[in-house]
Order: sequence, then C-alpha cells, then structure tokens
Amino acid sequence: MKLFPIRGGIHPDYRKEQTSEKAIVALPLPELLYIPLQQHIGAPAEALVQAGDLVRKGQLIARSQGGISAPQHAPTSGRITAVADIPAPHPSGLPQPTIILEPDGREVWTDLPEPIADPLNADPQTIRERVAQSGIVGMGGAAFPSAVKLDLGTRYKLEILLLNGAECEPYLTCDDRVMREHADEVIDGARIMAHTLGVKKIVIAIEQNKPQALAAMSSAASTFSEVEVVGVPVQYPMGSERHLVQAITGRETPAKKLTADIGVVVHNVATARAVHQAVRFGRPLLGRVVTVSGGAVREPNNIEAPIGARVADLVAFCGGFSGAPASLVNGGPMMGQPLPGLEVPVVKGMSGILALTAGEVNEQPVSACIRCGTCVTICPCGLVPVEMAAFIRKDNFEVAARLGVMDCVSCGSCSWVCPSHIPLVHYFNYAKGMINALERERRKNERVKTLAEAHNARMEKLEIAAEAKRAAVAARKANLAAATAEEKTNA
Amino acid sequence: MSIASITRSGPFTHTANSVQKTMLTVLLALVPATAFNAYLFGWPGILLFAVTVGSCVAVEAGCLALAGQPMKAALSDYSAVLTGWLLAMSLPPWAPWWTGVLGAVFAIALAKHTFGGIGQNLFNPAMVARVALLVSFPVVMTAWVMPHPLFSAGAPGFSDAVAITFGGNLPDSVSAASALGYVKTELSRGIPVTQSMAHVPDLMDMALGFRAGSMGETSAILILAGGLFLMARRIISWHIPLGMMGALFLMGTLFHALDPARYTDGMFHLMSGATFLGAFFIATDYVTSPVSKHGQLVFGIGVGLLTWTIRTYAGYPEGVAFAVLLMNSLTPIIDQYTRPRAFGRSRKGEPLPLEGKP
Repeated sequence: MKLFPIRGGIHPDYRKEQTSEKAIVALPLPELLYIPLQQHIGAPAEALVQAGDLVRKGQLIARSQGGISAPQHAPTSGRITAVADIPAPHPSGLPQPTIILEPDGREVWTDLPEPIADPLNADPQTIRERVAQSGIVGMGGAAFPSAVKLDLGTRYKLEILLLNGAECEPYLTCDDRVMREHADEVIDGARIMAHTLGVKKIVIAIEQNKPQALAAMSSAASTFSEVEVVGVPVQYPMGSERHLVQAITGRETPAKKLTADIGVVVHNVATARAVHQAVRFGRPLLGRVVTVSGGAVREPNNIEAPIGARVADLVAFCGGFSGAPASLVNGGPMMGQPLPGLEVPVVKGMSGILALTAGEVNEQPVSACIRCGTCVTICPCGLVPVEMAAFIRKDNFEVAARLGVMDCVSCGSCSWVCPSHIPLVHYFNYAKGMINALERERRKNERVKTLAEAHNARMEKLEIAAEAKRAAVAARKANLAAATAEEKTNA
Repeated sequence: MSIASITRSGPFTHTANSVQKTMLTVLLALVPATAFNAYLFGWPGILLFAVTVGSCVAVEAGCLALAGQPMKAALSDYSAVLTGWLLAMSLPPWAPWWTGVLGAVFAIALAKHTFGGIGQNLFNPAMVARVALLVSFPVVMTAWVMPHPLFSAGAPGFSDAVAITFGGNLPDSVSAASALGYVKTELSRGIPVTQSMAHVPDLMDMALGFRAGSMGETSAILILAGGLFLMARRIISWHIPLGMMGALFLMGTLFHALDPARYTDGMFHLMSGATFLGAFFIATDYVTSPVSKHGQLVFGIGVGLLTWTIRTYAGYPEGVAFAVLLMNSLTPIIDQYTRPRAFGRSRKGEPLPLEGKP
C-alpha cells in the first residue's frame, strides 16, 4: 500500500524492549476492586448497587446516563462494600464516586446476553446496542464510548475503518501483545465494526517496529480480502488519529472537522477485540491489558488486569520498585498524565503504568529559548511553538489562539526536543484551558446580558400595562364620580 | 489560575540535548579551522583569541551581575565563549588587544544584554562588534597580514607577539591586502578584474587558507568540515548555508559572465572573505535567524544577495558582516511570512474545505 508522509515528528527512544517479549499475564484477583463511575468521556454512569449487595461477574453495576456515557460491570463476583469517593487516575487526584467490590474468588458469572448469531449479517443497530451495553470505550487512551463512534455511518459517508495499532508511544506494548496473541479476535472485531459502520474496507496500521504483530495480524487477515495490514513508519506521533489517517489515505482532516468528515473512522485494536468478545460471547468489558514498565519497575510486564485493580496491585505483581521512581505516569511517556499515586485503580482507558527513573525522564533546568527552531521543524501540526509560547508567557491568549494553539494535539514532540527544556505542552494546555474559560465567560456574559435585556423589556411592558390600568381605574373613578354627582343632582 | 498552578503536563521523557551541548558542539566544529589558523598566523593571533574570548566571558559575567541574574547557569551555557570565539575569528589576526576587549563590550553588553540576554537579541553579537570596530577603526581593522606559520622563518616569537598584540607594534612590512580588498582597490584604479586576479592567491591556496584575511575565516575547507559536522549532528540544516552560498555564487557567476572585467566570478566570491565562516557559523546563529526552514532559506538567500551587492557596489570590500546584520533586522518579518501551514488549515489559517464530501 502506498503511504503518505506526515509532517515533522520525532524519534524518541522507544524502550519497548522492556516488555515487548512479555506475554500477557493475568493479575490474580486483588482483595478489593475500585470501579469509578466515570471512566470515559461524557456523563458518569449511575450506580445501581449499594453496600452489602452481592454481585456476579459481568453484572451491570452502574448504568450509562445520557447519549455519551458507558455502563460499568462487576469485573468479578463478590460483595459491594461501599459506593464512596475515592481518588481516580486523574492528574488532579480528586476523589470520584467509586463502587468498591470485595471479590469472593468464585468468579460466578451472571447471565450474559446471548451471543449475536452471524454478526456480519446482523442489524447494525443490534451490534451498536450490544457494544453500548457492554461498556466498551476507546482503549487507546481517549476512552470515548465506542458505540457512539460506531454510529457514525448513519450520519457520514464512510469508506474506511482504520484500526490503530501504531502504538507510537515509547514503552507501551499492550497493543503489540494483544495483536500478537489475539490477532484473530482483533480481526473479527474489526470486521464486525466495519459491518456496523457500513464500510467495505478495513486498514490496520501498525508501526514497523512490531514485526511480530505485523506478521500475526497479516496472517489472521489473509483470508479476508477487505482487510489490509499496513506497516507504517516508526515516527512519533504516528498514532495520532488525524496523522494516521493522512499517512494511510493522504487525506488531511480539515480543522474543526472529524476524520469521519473525510470518510474514515479510527478505532484502537484493543477496542476491536473487546467488540469481538461482546458480540460473540456477550461478555462486557471487565478488564484490559496494561503495560507496567519503566526503569524503576523490577519486572516490567503486560498485565491483563480487572478494571478496578489498584495500580499498587499491578506494581506489586511486577516485583515492586527497584528504586524510588522519579515520575509515575498513567499512559505513555509522551501524552500520558501524572499518576497521583499508587492507590488509584485501573480504568478502561489506561494503557500503561510507568515508573520512570530520573535518567529516563531526563528533566533538566529550564533555560532561555535560543530560537533554534527545532520545535517548528518537528511540530506535526505545522504550528510555531516558540512563538505561541512567547505570547502565552505574556498572557496574550488572543494571539496564541490566532497562531493555532487550539489546533495543538498535545503530542509533546516540541517539549521533547527543546534543548532549553521549556515545558511547551504545559504552556499550551494552560492556554487551551484559559481560552476555553474565557470563551465560557464570554458566553455567560452574553447570556446574562440577553436575560437582563429581556427582563428590562418585560418590566417595561408591565410598567406600561400598569400605567394603562391605573389610567383605566382613574377614568372609571372619574366616571363614577361624575355619575354620582349626576345622581345627586338628579336627586 | 496561573501556569504554575495547573498540573504538570507530559511528556515525561526528554531529549538529552541542551543549550550547553549545542553550544559545545558548535565550538567543537570550530576547532579545526581555529587550530589551523592559529598555526598560520602564529602567536599574535593566539594571544588576540585568548583576549577576545576571555573578555566576552568577563563582560557577560559583568552584565549578569548588573542585572542581578544567576551567573553560574548562564555562563555555563557557553554562549559568551562562542560569541567571543566567532568575534576573534573575524578580527585581523595581528590586531591589538583592545580590539578584542572593545569588541567584547560591543558584542555582549551592547548587542546582547541591552536586548535582554541570551535568546533576546535581534542582531548577531559577534557581527555587531565586528562592524562597530570596522567603522570606528577602519585602519586597524583592515591591517591584514600574510600567513606566518608558527616556527617558520620570519614568524614572530612569543615575545614579538606580546609586542604586536599588547604593544601595538605591528610591523609595517607584513601588512597585506585581502583578496577582496585588493581586487576592489585595483578596480577603483581602473585595473580590470581579469588583470588583478593574476595577483591573488590561486583558488586552492584560498580554499586551504594560505591567504591574508581574518583570523579564523581563511580556511574554507576546514570551516566546511566543521559545517558538515554540524549538519551531521543536526545542529544546523542546509537551508541557510546553501541559500547564502548558492545566491552568492549565482550572482557572481552571472555578472562575471556578463562583464568579466568588472565582476569577479562565483568561485572567487565563495573562496574569499568570510563566505564559509559566515554561511556555516554566523548566518546560522539560532537567535537572530528565522525559526522555520522556509524562513531560513529566504534568510540565507538574502544574506548571499546582500553580500554580493555590498562587495560589488559598496565602499567596503567585505560584505558578510553587513549582510548578516541587515538580514537579522528582517528576521521577525521573515518569520511572520514563512510560518508553516497548520495541519487541516489553508495558508491563511482557514479550515480546509471538505473536498466533494457532504
């Protein structure tokens, strides 16, 4: 397949060898599981259980609320000990409503929905509903409810389902292992998704640094003419949705549009596997493969963990830390977020847990920008980080927005290359937050203004009405007085 | 909400590159040409080099102290060393000590710190100093000497060198014209280029560096080697050097073809003066050149065209320093007009249209 070049990009040390040869191992059931109600983009799920309830494996314990949401299921059988506020893996470390489940170790399954017979000929709506009720969210990290994305075929003219197996983040090998060990399930899931979306063509993109995954997926796909497995260049951020679409199709997604607008829907490979399991076996999403790695981890591993297992449980399973980590990361080292601690649970979108040594982080004191221009050369979005940062430093968000800060995908390439070690992404995230806040403020002010104007108009109307009423009363009184006077005169 | 109060963003890994490493790599790339020229021009050149670099570091320290800025981190980025080094390379090798000291004040205090220090200056500090010295002390700054290799007959010994550099005892007998200056003077006397070219060193000698000129700029080959090293290490890209040398060469070749008696040829332009040093080490200064590759190409071409124009038509035979400073002043404008196209947007910044899609 002919590939198209993408702009810029970097080549960080991939460090995947720590776990790429580690087969996926299941985590023994921990003593407690912590299942946050909010594990996805959109509205949090609503708890259906309370302390003391006994639940079975796969049982619905929190239902989705609203159009963009996802339900949660019991990852194993056991007793609910509480529904309480517990810190979730969000950088803020703020507590969030969480169902706490004490496993009984018996793994008693609930009655699962029937497998969908012949899903490749089933009504797309049936499959979407199954994916929605199985609690599947994008497992590449963004955690967008997958059923919503499988509905795009009804509104867009789609041509390609692009399965993202690029896994361009350093350290992470969970997708690599899933593709190597469960290639058939991934391909089957992809075919079901393509049918649901109404597209005829499936392209599976994998970075060339995963030859075994490429081989396994190619072999699993060989019997299906509509599936093509493509090795893409090792170039960070190849896994960025828009850039991957460009590399495969040559099409550039216009700003403020979706890839669906140019006919492509992108799903992660692990999501496809989850769809396969939900459709073929009725199994909801109960766990995921997490790469636990980094120089400070004694035995890095790829772990199939139940949702709700604490990071501490996974780290302990990996033999603990060999030294105090300089940095704890949720996700990959480029776009991941700081882990607020080891007590937070694994959630559906968590692809990696990294404990990095100071040498791996290589944090250095920030020095002045010397305008070397490397950030401009490597920005995959064609932005000018040096200039945007200069304006943000002066709190000039208007110019920063005009220079395209809202188009920044926060891939971290600029921060990575900066010889002055200026935390550019930090600047841009700050600016995005400020610009959004200012926009909200502006809208709020506008709304307040509109309301005030309406109020004034209403008051004016009332005043006029009252005036008229007073006048009418006065007139009636005058009439009455006149009539009385007349009567008196007559009498 | 302030930028410090939001949670630290990724990435959680960084390149091992740093400002310090970058500067050190550039210094390393300058070593061969510098060492060879130290050999060619002997002890006076070495003394002047030491004075210039030392003064730049001292002035930098003084400015930081006045500004109340932390000294250790700023001094250890080697930017002042690099400025001093480049300035020394652009001075006549047997110039007196005070040119180095005064140059350091021009470069570091005036051109760099009045703008706010590293990264803030609009003009290349070393070139500001060179030009300021040239217009203030034209005689001293054009007192070239022919190479007197160390330990060769007629080369000044250490004590002679001290007298030359610190005593200002420049022996009259050794002064020589640079090739560019010679041709220009001859031309002004009505002698055609074709004739005067017979008296300048041949191209091979000029490429190797056996000619009169500034202290570190004469050996085109060794400077080229340093430049290629910087390219291999990805410290600089081809855009500025190729743009500058290409434009200079093309202009020279074109006009020489039109009128060989009036215009020197392209190769002569490349090999003489500060062309190579300027192309690889001066014009490529990060701070004062555009940030995008397109911008850098435009900038390089501009330096090349201006260098040719100044050498050909202006009063000074040497054009690189002036050309670089003039283009420095255009850098902000070039930056503005050579921004890359943002992903998903047109050059004007509008979202791309959906081609034939609903």
